[in-house]
This record gives sequence, C-alpha cells and structure tokens, in this order.
Amino acid sequence: MSNDPIHQFHITKLIPIEIGGYDFSFTNSSAFMVATIAVAGAFLFLTTSSRGLIPSRLQSISEMSYEFVASMLRDAAGSHGMKFFPFVFSLFMFVLVANLLGLFPYFFTVTSQIIVTFALALLVIGTVIVYGFMKNGIGFLKLFVPSGVPGILVPLVVLIEIISFLSRPISLSVRLFANMLAGHITLKVFAGFVASLSAFGAIGVAGSILPLAMTVAITALEVLVAFLQAYVFAVLTCMYLNDALHPGH
Amino acid sequence: MFVTPAFAQEQAPATNETHSLEHAESEAKFPPFDPSFYPSQILWLAITFGLFYIFLKRVVLPRVGGILEVRRDRIAQDLDQAALMKSEADAAVAAYEQELAEAKAKANAIGQQARDGAKADAEAERKQVEAGLEQKLAEAEGRIAAIKAAAMKEVGTIAEDTTAAIVQELVGGKADKAAVAAAVKAAQE
Repeated sequence: MSNDPIHQFHITKLIPIEIGGYDFSFTNSSAFMVATIAVAGAFLFLTTSSRGLIPSRLQSISEMSYEFVASMLRDAAGSHGMKFFPFVFSLFMFVLVANLLGLFPYFFTVTSQIIVTFALALLVIGTVIVYGFMKNGIGFLKLFVPSGVPGILVPLVVLIEIISFLSRPISLSVRLFANMLAGHITLKVFAGFVASLSAFGAIGVAGSILPLAMTVAITALEVLVAFLQAYVFAVLTCMYLNDALHPGH
Repeated sequence: MFVTPAFAQEQAPATNETHSLEHAESEAKFPPFDPSFYPSQILWLAITFGLFYIFLKRVVLPRVGGILEVRRDRIAQDLDQAALMKSEADAAVAAYEQELAEAKAKANAIGQQARDGAKADAEAERKQVEAGLEQKLAEAEGRIAAIKAAAMKEVGTIAEDTTAAIVQELVGGKADKAAVAAAVKAAQE
C-alpha cells in the first residue's frame, strides 16, 4: 500500500460529523485546510507584528507578497479592482500555502481535490457574475458581444464567448487540480522506484540512484509548480474580475 | 446514505474482501472523484477560507498596508526635507556669492576712489609746486630786470666819472661837469 501512488489522496475521517444525512466529517483534508490558514495567517501576522519601518527579512516576504498581488490586481483590473484585493490575496495565499504544505512527505494536498479547486473557481466566477450584474446591470451581458464584430458573425461570436465563459470555472479548477495531482503522483512513482529497486541487493541500490536524483529534481520542479499554479490562479482571477468591472472589452 | 462508503473506505486496506459490494465500488473510485466527501470538503473549505479571508481583511492587510503607507510617507517626507535643505543650501550659496560680489565691487570702488584721490592730490600738489616755481621765476626775472635797470642807470654816472678822469689826465684841470654829462649822454645815444 505504501507504494500506491494514489494512496496519498485518500481522505480519512478524524472526527465524524453527520448533519441531515450529509457527511460533514472533519477529515485529514479539513485538518490540512486548517493547517494552511493557520500557517499562512500566523506567518503574515507574526512577521508584521513589529511593524518595522525597515523590514526584517521575514517581514519583507509578507510585504513582497502583498505588493506582488496588489500590482498583479492593479495591472489586470485597474485601480477599481483594488476593492477585491483581500479576496485575491486570500485566494493566492491559500492556494500557495496549500500547494507548498502538500510537498512535505506524508502531508495531504488540499488542492489535489477537484472539489476544493472547483469550489474556489466557482467562488471566483460567482463573484464575477454577482458583482458584474450589480455594477453594470444588464450591461454586463455586453461581455459576450465584443465590439467591432461584423453583424453576421455576432451570433457565432456570442455563442463562443458564452461557451468560453462557462468553461472558465472548469479550466481554472482543473488546471490547479491536475497539476498538483500529476506532480504528486509522479513524485510518488519515482520515489517508489527507489524503494522497490533497493530491495534487489547491491545492484538494485546502485540502480536506484537515478530515480532518487529524479525525485530530488521533481521536488524542486514541484516547488516551482506550487508557486506558479497559485500565481496563475490569482492572475486569472484578476482577469475575470476585470471583466466584471469593465465588461465592454 | 453517504456515510456507509465513507466509513468503509476508512478501513479499506486490510479488510477489503470481507466488505460488501457497495464498498468495493467506492474503493475502486479515484479518491478525488469520490463524491461521498464532497459535502465535508466544501463545508470545511468554506469555514477555513472564510475565516482566512476575514482574518486577512480585518487584521493582516490593513496592517501591511499601513506599514507600506507609513514607509512611503516617511520616504516622501524625507525627500521633501532633503529638497528643502538643498534649496536652503542653494539660497545660502547664492547669498554668499552675492555678498562676495558686493564686497568685491566695494573693494574695487574703494581702490578706485583711493587711486583717484591720490592722483588728484598729486596733480594738485604738482600744480601748486609749478605755480610756486613760476612765481619764483617771475620774481627772479623781476629782480634781474630791476638790477639790470639799476646797472644801466649807473652806467651814465660811471661813464661821466671816467670821462672826467680822462679829461683831467689829458687836459689837466677840471672838466666841466655839466659838459661831460652832456657829452656822455650824447655818446650814449
């Protein structure tokens, strides 16, 4: 079982809770969600507690992540978009820390659960739709009619725009989920080779050096992917929010 | 309804065979696609992400924003102060240069004045000396003229005396004084 690459995605109940016939148990996944917000929240809170005019190294990290997300949002959605800054920053930090925590051996990766990433993506799209109609009223539908399109093509273009809009939550969630899932499975498979090869004596141990090196390399790659996927998630969120703010392209 | 597969899954690895068909089905499922945990996942995600959002929005982001704001203000303030100091320094340099120029001009003026004064004094003195000399020259010339006139006047007397003496020697006896005087006067003219 220890060599089963899928095993790491199993959910186990820690505290069974059942309400109205639905299972709301506190699981290992829930525990790592709590750990994610605890680590991220504590880091951001503690490193900035001294409020140094000249930042310490750790305070710089918090400030850099703040300014990173702030400039990302401002570039994509303009200064009006800054009202969504707490939302985008929370999303970025949550996904980033969940991804990074998942890289520790024996830890559970929250973002490797399609339902989690899909819920986050629906939250983004839901915010876009609700805010888009709230701010622009029916004018939000202009989003589906790009300007400067010849009359004959309009129905076709509108159809394509609607399909692409509806596929956004799917692409947003599947991108993150698939990246985390594939990375962890690859890592586990290569690490499994090391274990099973070294069972064949001296030659096996010698032969396991290659998969071991691969495991190290893939771990480094996964750190990059963890950051990159959080970044991609946040950037796309900013771009979708821009559609809600300025639907007229 | 949702509970059974979930419970079964928990004990899945060791006792796989002894479980029901229902369990075998759930075991075959790829865990992320197993819907039995979806309600739990969504609920806990909502709770944790909600708390995280509120915590960041209420506590962390105002604080970090405040730190950055304070720093930006401080830098702007320092820059303003530096600019102010620079302008003050520039003003001081300008004032110093102006004062220097004024002092130079003043020194030049004083020098010029002194030079002019000295020149005028020398000129006046020279003129005075020249005037004195001229006066003395005139005086001397006057005296010479007087002496000459006096000498010329005495020439007649001497000539009369000499004539009288010569006449006495040559003729013997005393010459008439008036005749001699008339003769000299005639000779003189």
